[in-house]
Amino acid sequence: MSVHIRDYPGIPLKDRDIGEGRVLTTEWHVKAQYAWDTGAALSRFFRALKEGKIYGRWCPGCDRIVVPPRMFCEWCFRPTVRWVEVCDTGRVNTFSVSYVNWDASRSAVPRVPAVIELDGASPGMGIMHLLGEVGDTLEEILRRVKVGMPVRAVWKPPAERQGAITDILYFAPCRDEGATEPGGCGCGGAVGADRAAPTTSGTDACGCGGGEG
Amino acid sequence: MGYQNRVAVVGAGLTRFMRRAQETGKELCFEAARMALDAAGLRPRDVEAVVMATAPDVFDGVHMKGEYLADGAGGFRKPYMRSFVGGGSGVFAAIHGWYHVASGHFDTVLVVAEEKMSSCLPHPQAAFNGIYDQFLERPLGVNLLWIFALEMNRYMQVHKVPQETIALVSVKNKRNGLDHPCAQEGIPGNYSVEEIVGSEVMVWPVTRLMVSPVTDAAAAIVMVSERVAKRITDRPVWVKGVGWHLDSSYWTNRDLYYPKYVEYAARMAYEMAGITNPRREIDVVEAYDPFAYKELHHMEGLLLCDKGEAPRLLEKGVTQRDGELPVCPSGGLLGVGNPIAAAGLMKVAEIFWQLRGEAGARQVSRPVRTGLAQAWGDLMQVGTVVVLGV
Repeated sequence: MSVHIRDYPGIPLKDRDIGEGRVLTTEWHVKAQYAWDTGAALSRFFRALKEGKIYGRWCPGCDRIVVPPRMFCEWCFRPTVRWVEVCDTGRVNTFSVSYVNWDASRSAVPRVPAVIELDGASPGMGIMHLLGEVGDTLEEILRRVKVGMPVRAVWKPPAERQGAITDILYFAPCRDEGATEPGGCGCGGAVGADRAAPTTSGTDACGCGGGEG
Repeated sequence: MGYQNRVAVVGAGLTRFMRRAQETGKELCFEAARMALDAAGLRPRDVEAVVMATAPDVFDGVHMKGEYLADGAGGFRKPYMRSFVGGGSGVFAAIHGWYHVASGHFDTVLVVAEEKMSSCLPHPQAAFNGIYDQFLERPLGVNLLWIFALEMNRYMQVHKVPQETIALVSVKNKRNGLDHPCAQEGIPGNYSVEEIVGSEVMVWPVTRLMVSPVTDAAAAIVMVSERVAKRITDRPVWVKGVGWHLDSSYWTNRDLYYPKYVEYAARMAYEMAGITNPRREIDVVEAYDPFAYKELHHMEGLLLCDKGEAPRLLEKGVTQRDGELPVCPSGGLLGVGNPIAAAGLMKVAEIFWQLRGEAGARQVSRPVRTGLAQAWGDLMQVGTVVVLGV
């Protein structure tokens, strides 16, 4: 603000001004409903989730496997051409510990959103999901979760899957962290197998040693 | 450059920042716009075009909010246009105003930014959830703070920056805000690092005192051609450079530790301004600080220091008002408040006042000839930069 201006307009209100009817308010309640078609790429992606598989798309122009999959490459602006199954394992790129719900109310038990770079996809290809089996308190979660740590998807039972991102309940720390064989999870992500190392870690792909989740 | 007019800022106005204003959005716009015109010594009929910045319609529950606000912003029967790039809108509106005048189409343009967030119940945070991907992310039960917490932690991990160091941004800006007559009640203050870090955990590593509040307010500036500036003022503040840049909405495919899009926006503005060494040539900075870490993140993106170096400059006091490179002398969003679009334009106004030597208690110690205002928004995606000079 300028020293030449002495008074600034604005009448601040307190919540009680409204609660006690000292200022008048008009309310409007909107109930908006939408149904989104999942589109060409995500339809296939979600169908595969129902089968417990994660698919990416391969771009021939950039030679990269992208997840989430898209039918076009935003880098070289060409169509992506092939579906590639990637692993349901990956590494934590970053994480947080959330004590707020969608509407800013507090939640007693924290949730742990994270970006997970999936093995078998190109470096840096992360998706957002939740981490689980990592504790119930901030201290415990911070002790157990590290950036770069290997995790694997924990799936809903097949009968309960709906073809949605929530078919993966969460990602949990890999118990057998020692077993690190590139490509060892059997996902078939061969195209990207030699460049599957997440940006956060060394050269180990599919650090869990593979198998079904 | 291939433009017709040099462009000057000749006046600015601001309302108080309030958690809940009695005024409607139109009324807030009117107050800020009128103050800016008065400061410039211009009348509403001198204004040839109006630019409006205001963030999502869903805050207000008013569709086509730009049009709704037009009357309060002096847009009646005039060329009128809304700028909207989320949190980047306030600075983008000044860029918009710049090219209105630079194009030669207009000599006098009024730029107004407004936000009234308090109407949205139970909390406007929920209105932001629609920015997440509706297929992949929203079903997880998202909150807006998640992406900031994820980005902050990534920044902390890559550069090995402790939460306590980042908290110093809150300490500095909340203290600076004490000198701002428009600061929101309860937002500025003298806090210790322990109080910042120890405040309620929202989404770790973000605590309550590391995030800016919900605010109602409006801001305005008047932008004119050189022809008009020479006639009405001896102290024009020139727009030296403008830049903006957008990154991919596939935000989980980007490394969030560094805002490349801010760098590209800055490079565009520096090239136009003829700035080759921003660390020496920029005297005062209003970097966008909706979260404490964001100021550091943005200083690095603006090429004001090396990647990972901003925390050290902060610790050394370089970014204090009496430091070599004052950052957010206004108090910023953390110390004054965060009415989304109006917060960005408040930063442009602060640089204007700093360069005119009118900032009073907030005036930085070093002599200032060149200043920078920056905002950021959308899905960790857009950078908007304006360089002003005298």
